[in-house]
Amino acid sequence: MTSTPNLENSLSRAAVVDLVIAGVNEALAMAENPPDPASLTEATRLIGESAVLDSLGLVTAVLEIEQRLADQHDVVLVLADERAMSQKHSPFRSVGALADYVLKLAAEQGAHA
Amino acid sequence: MPEGSAGETPVALVTGTRKGIGRYLAEHFLARGLRVEGCSREPAGWEAPGYTHHCLSVADEAGVKAMLTDIQKRLGRLDILVNNAGIASMNHVLLTPDATAVKILDTNFRGTFLLCREAAKLMRRRKYGRIVNVSTIAVPLQLEGESLYAASKSAVETFSRVLAREVADFGITVNVVGPTPIETDLIRNVPKDKIAGIIQRLAVKRLGRFEDVANVVDFFIRPESEYITGQVLYLGGVA
Repeated sequence: MTSTPNLENSLSRAAVVDLVIAGVNEALAMAENPPDPASLTEATRLIGESAVLDSLGLVTAVLEIEQRLADQHDVVLVLADERAMSQKHSPFRSVGALADYVLKLAAEQGAHA
Repeated sequence: MPEGSAGETPVALVTGTRKGIGRYLAEHFLARGLRVEGCSREPAGWEAPGYTHHCLSVADEAGVKAMLTDIQKRLGRLDILVNNAGIASMNHVLLTPDATAVKILDTNFRGTFLLCREAAKLMRRRKYGRIVNVSTIAVPLQLEGESLYAASKSAVETFSRVLAREVADFGITVNVVGPTPIETDLIRNVPKDKIAGIIQRLAVKRLGRFEDVANVVDFFIRPESEYITGQVLYLGGVA
């Protein structure tokens, strides 16, 4: 039910970075003064002092990313798992870190499928 | 539109539909023309057009997640969630095993949490949702012998009130109905004199009926009830 066949083929890192950016942009679209969607990069901070998202924005972004993974790649993940919430370096700290975390969870799930 | 999509037909998910209140509500929703998804640990043992059954424990995160993904894929929407699945254990605290505490909290509280979390993710997509969680009058009446059951439902009530605030921006309401004892398996092993004693403490002195629960659920899930959230409504006149 949560299997991810041909993971290597369906989920490239570049695709996941794009997907994360799309999710963050969707969340930013609801903000009062959203930054230019084209300005987001792997280094964009998602939490902390220079973060582009507020707390509700982060919730929306995470859900949008989960939704896109399910809809576009048939990958069903819970991104806010225990490890993610307890890591010293939060996987939500930047676009690139979150993309790496998605790939890690998807690979683990693929290995268990 | 996804294959087999529910289109304009609202979709309701009810947990614990094998029997009792859950089955009654599932059939009630079907009669009202809704698509109904249900679940229980074992097969439903009944069928109806428009009804799909899932076998899982509500406390199994992967199973819950898979069920909600399946609903999204097949039907493309979720409008209503009723967290009815629950277990009880009548016992004196001093004679209650730790394993019972874990089991009751797992099903009654964690199950409700997991279903609410995953359902709200789906409901958020269409900016609309109605969640009804089931508590019990054992909470306000502080019934002896039901400490763990009542405590697990207290947790459901507080969780629901906070959740109501957190998902209000997504167009989702969260309310709680607290039934009185009804003739179901849940109270089958409760001594008759104890039930009579509970009924004496109600304003309306009779056992509850499935219809009484459905009436409150119908009120909470109306689209017009968008301004009603975070509420706990007890039956039988218990405050």
